[in-house]
Amino acid sequence: MLSRVAERLYWSARYLERVENTARLVSVYDELLFDLPREVEISWYNLITINSGTQAFDQRYKNKDERNVVKFLLSDDSNSGSMLSSLKMVRENIRTTRDVLPQEMWELVNELDLYARQNIKQGINRSERHTFLNTIIEGCQKVVGLLAATMCRDAGWNFMIMGRYIERADMNTRILDAAVSQMLQSEEDEVIKLGQVIWTKVLKSQSAILNYRRTVRSTVNGAKAATFLMTDNYFPRSQKYCMTQIREAASTLPRSGLIAANIDKLLEETKSVESSEALNHDYREHLNDIQLAIIELNHQITENWFYFRQGDAA
Amino acid sequence: MEKLSQDYRSAPFFDELIDHKGSPRPPAKQLLHYLESLPPEELEKRRQTAEATIQEMGISFTVYTDEGNIDRAWPFDIIPRTIDAQDWKIAEAGLKQRLTALNKFIDDLYHDQNCIKDGIIPEHIIKDSKNFLPECVGVSPAFGVWAHICGTDLVRDADGEFYVLEDNLRVPSGVSYMLENRALTKRVLPELFENDRILPLDSYPGQLFETLAALSPRKVPQPEIVVLTPGIYNSAYFEHAFLAQQMGAELVEGSDLFVDEDDCVYMKTIYGPERVDVIYRRIDDLFIDPETFEPESVLGVPGLMRAWRAGNVALANAPGAGVADDKVVYAYVPALIRYYLDEEPILKNVETYLCENDEDREFVLAHLDQLVVKPANESGGYGMLVGPHSTKKEQQTFAKLIKENPRNYIAQPTLKLSTAPILTDKGDIDPRHLDLRPFILQSKDTYVTTGGLTRVAMKKGSLVVNSSQGGGSKDTWIVDTKVTEAKGE
Repeated sequence: MLSRVAERLYWSARYLERVENTARLVSVYDELLFDLPREVEISWYNLITINSGTQAFDQRYKNKDERNVVKFLLSDDSNSGSMLSSLKMVRENIRTTRDVLPQEMWELVNELDLYARQNIKQGINRSERHTFLNTIIEGCQKVVGLLAATMCRDAGWNFMIMGRYIERADMNTRILDAAVSQMLQSEEDEVIKLGQVIWTKVLKSQSAILNYRRTVRSTVNGAKAATFLMTDNYFPRSQKYCMTQIREAASTLPRSGLIAANIDKLLEETKSVESSEALNHDYREHLNDIQLAIIELNHQITENWFYFRQGDAA
Repeated sequence: MEKLSQDYRSAPFFDELIDHKGSPRPPAKQLLHYLESLPPEELEKRRQTAEATIQEMGISFTVYTDEGNIDRAWPFDIIPRTIDAQDWKIAEAGLKQRLTALNKFIDDLYHDQNCIKDGIIPEHIIKDSKNFLPECVGVSPAFGVWAHICGTDLVRDADGEFYVLEDNLRVPSGVSYMLENRALTKRVLPELFENDRILPLDSYPGQLFETLAALSPRKVPQPEIVVLTPGIYNSAYFEHAFLAQQMGAELVEGSDLFVDEDDCVYMKTIYGPERVDVIYRRIDDLFIDPETFEPESVLGVPGLMRAWRAGNVALANAPGAGVADDKVVYAYVPALIRYYLDEEPILKNVETYLCENDEDREFVLAHLDQLVVKPANESGGYGMLVGPHSTKKEQQTFAKLIKENPRNYIAQPTLKLSTAPILTDKGDIDPRHLDLRPFILQSKDTYVTTGGLTRVAMKKGSLVVNSSQGGGSKDTWIVDTKVTEAKGE
């Protein structure tokens, strides 16, 4: 497999995952605001903070209202992380790697891209947003399903797995961080009432609520939800699962020793949360460290397989 | 749909589907009968299906404009063009004959130049050709074949006979569109494929693979074959990716390859360097190796010519093959066929005036309003003058160009290009001019596509079929009418 092709596959999977996650995030926020008690102040702008988009957003918009936030996240060309920008990057990366992908992949991505562009207004106006975002999520899952059913488990597959799970792990920590930060901001007398709503939505955003109930067998609270999303062995969006997938994929590729060791270290540090009090500023620091480790991991993958140097024999 | 053929007339042109009396030609009978059975709304629906499918399949080509590069959807007309298998058999034999002679000619030019010594072709034509590469002299590619992939443009004149318009021996494109057109038609008019009289054409990628694999300098069971593309901004990128995928070959850009000190070509993979045996290159000669040619080229691979001359890698088409892809050399092809093969040409050339000959030039300058003038070395329909459709001013510009550089221009009579019906935006059936580009492969064996890419001038009366200039295309059916008759239709 060409290094350049490997890199594009990796990024096509990352961007596809980002499209789905962005759609999930907006969709859950939408619901969250319906369910919250009136007196609780939660702004759409939190979504910008989670995605480290404050600077880009502030340059472009004055009003931090729903419409602008959703526009920024879904359709804004100037936001390289917006859903449409990510879709464009999926398309661009696949356009140049069609020869190693299942033939229908290109068609599905084109369809999705066309649908998103033609119906983007539905995503921005609230009345039809749910249908729109659902269709996007389904579109992404169609592609993932196609790959699962038809793609050879070769190097290309493993690079896509790494791309998908590193992006997912990254978003997982961002969502957790957003919830913790929201809880820390709220008044003491609201915490219990609010905790239920927020953590349920966090789980929902990851399609985790039913799995959580079956596995944890208790009502939703912060400590248990965070523990589930960080350490569950079987849930395919948990931190642990994502990291294990990356390690497994990496181990099929040449020169993977260092990367596997780094993932092991990261897994060791992935701990359960004992009580909701532990979801404090230190925990936010901890999440921040994980994010930095993920960035470092991305860097190592890039160095190890994509930046080819002559003489790096197999 | 009303009886299509009743009011449809294309005379004085030869129409591929409907004869001058308004009756369907035998290979088109069933097709027209079927189209007539569809209500107009249904036909419109099929057209929309085609458009949607093109978008979904992402069939596109890139057009260069002042505003930047635009990725355009492939313009496609849903009514197929039909050719009788009997007629096609003859054309096929003619195409094989032609490429065989052309390859012998190229090989001769880079070795003993007997064709010049024997006075078949004047020496200055080679001396002045910008496609003759001194760097290739003395090199002996496998099987003596230089042009492995050739796209030859055929047209039918008013008499219905096939003529060769030009041979594209450098980096001919279009074959993926030929295959996609068929895939589209199968989705749009599936009912018509129920019987097997339309000859299939999906064997091309396999044939291309065999043709390339036979060139491998290393005799290994699985030679490493790559398609070398200039990249995503090339107008034919879609095709490069398509062919690589269909062949299971690696699609590479120049920066993915390097030539090592052992004069072998390697590609940069996640496992380290891997030796490359055959390169199907879709980059023009002058850009393939900055060490030998254009030093500024970032598309190519430094040292590629070194590796090729050393026999460590096969290049298809071989560098320098373009010397025969010259509209002046074209005029001599019938003579070359007689010289190298001792056979009469099966396919005719279009009458060609060489502006470098004083007599021809006088004639051309006096008849600019009637002739088609072409530069000897351009492709894509650029820099052409179509006399009957030109203004006085354009004719004056060309007169000046011809006088300045007569070697660079040829002229041909304006052909009465054949037509076929298209479905217009209004939902009418109207004749449009078209040509046909079959693809011929040659290495160990020779293979011709079943039919080829039909290109249509979508504008009424226009003769320019190039997709870069508003042309469209159609599926091309080679129809075995004998089978049809046997079935009693």
